[in-house]
Amino acid sequence: MEWNFLAVLRDFDLLMLGLLNTLKVTGLALLFGVPLGLALALSRLSTFRILSGIAGFIVEFFRTTPPLVQLFWFFFALPILIDVRMTPLIAAVVTFSIQSSAFFAEIFRGGILSIDKGQWEGAKAIGMTYGQCQRRIILPQAIKRMIPAFMERSIELLKTTTLVSTVAYTDLMFQANELAQKTFRPLEVYTIVAAIYFVLIFLFSQFSIAVEHRLAKSGEGTVR
Amino acid sequence: MSEILRIENLHKSFGDLEVLKGIDLAVQAGETVVLLGSSGSGKSTMLRCLNFMETPTEGKIHLNGELIGTERGGRMRYREAELCALRARIGMVFQHFNLFPHMTVLENVMEGQVIVLGRGKPEAQDKAMAQLDRVGLAEKAAEYPARLSGGQKQRVAIARALAMDPEVMLFDEVTSALDPELVGEVLKTIRQLAEDGMTMLCVTHELGFAYHVANRVLFLHEGTILEQGEPQSILKAPATDRMSEFLEGHSLFKLPD
Repeated sequence: MEWNFLAVLRDFDLLMLGLLNTLKVTGLALLFGVPLGLALALSRLSTFRILSGIAGFIVEFFRTTPPLVQLFWFFFALPILIDVRMTPLIAAVVTFSIQSSAFFAEIFRGGILSIDKGQWEGAKAIGMTYGQCQRRIILPQAIKRMIPAFMERSIELLKTTTLVSTVAYTDLMFQANELAQKTFRPLEVYTIVAAIYFVLIFLFSQFSIAVEHRLAKSGEGTVR
Repeated sequence: MSEILRIENLHKSFGDLEVLKGIDLAVQAGETVVLLGSSGSGKSTMLRCLNFMETPTEGKIHLNGELIGTERGGRMRYREAELCALRARIGMVFQHFNLFPHMTVLENVMEGQVIVLGRGKPEAQDKAMAQLDRVGLAEKAAEYPARLSGGQKQRVAIARALAMDPEVMLFDEVTSALDPELVGEVLKTIRQLAEDGMTMLCVTHELGFAYHVANRVLFLHEGTILEQGEPQSILKAPATDRMSEFLEGHSLFKLPD
């Protein structure tokens, strides 16, 4: 067996385009998934039973079904039900926004519930409304505690987006498949793609460790 | 003296457990009322009903002559916005301080002024510094609560409540979580407030404080006011056996005179 990276490197721009699309799907899923997750968490914590019931069902449903099934459902099944034109990008962003929002909802909920009851009382006693308590007192403290779980989940999301290659979205994995067939060099192609994912996620997790250490300095972080 | 707080037939139940069984009380402006009672007597619940940290099951509360809530179908109804506005007018200090750890001391004392009362930052800062000065902690303004002692935290909590210009202050066992040597500084601060004419209700186990600072002592037992009177008489010569037992329990071991 002889390693030959030249053939792969000649078409490296194909992989870079794929990487860009992978980051695009991940970024958009985070952009929509995080606020949606917060909304789901607040709904689930609501004393209004119907609202918390619906939110609980959405969260559990998307946490317990395989992401590939969800992706296929949005891409192939939804257009049969309602009149929408599904592109691979839209299907991917919708799927991973909702899917990751279910996980983010649980992270938000855990973070909010971890804040001492006395914080609510202190805020309430000076006349704050529920919304003011959440925004000013509870969430700022909860979010600091959530950061490690949040980073972990984002890394999971980045890895799960490889599934979008199955609906012909030109992400890094899809481009790798194309290139492997074109060059007959699967060994080199998949080795390089693994290396790209490794570097990307390694840098990201180093960044998240740095953030945790910074927060620890203000006495509020998760690292001691 | 004018009446600032009036409580009529206050009841509070948690499920099947009736904690308050009909409390009537009128508090005059500038009065210091101390609530005594063994644990489970309802004294903390009573205090927490006054600013609606707990919603009374039955009864009426008037602040400065105005009835809180509206009566409909024989029951009191409360809107959340009304209760928030009410809480802003009543200061409360807790056993466990409940300072906001992600804010500096100064920000803690400014928070309610800016967010709830809508004061401008410069005004809120001046007010906050004045109140911190009043509790003797102006030099700690830039610190985070985690770097303060328990006594200092509690004095910041008092400043935070005072900065809202409350009409009444409620103190809920504010020295119970403190090391004994830190209790004095907090009680001294509260005593100073009493002397400045602040109206206050204090739940406490500090009999000496009740004796020297209170205008009136209430003794609660099983959800009712069993005895009340001036501290000098009621603490020296309680009328009921129950209160005698309570006082004996609190002064079992004393240094010889």
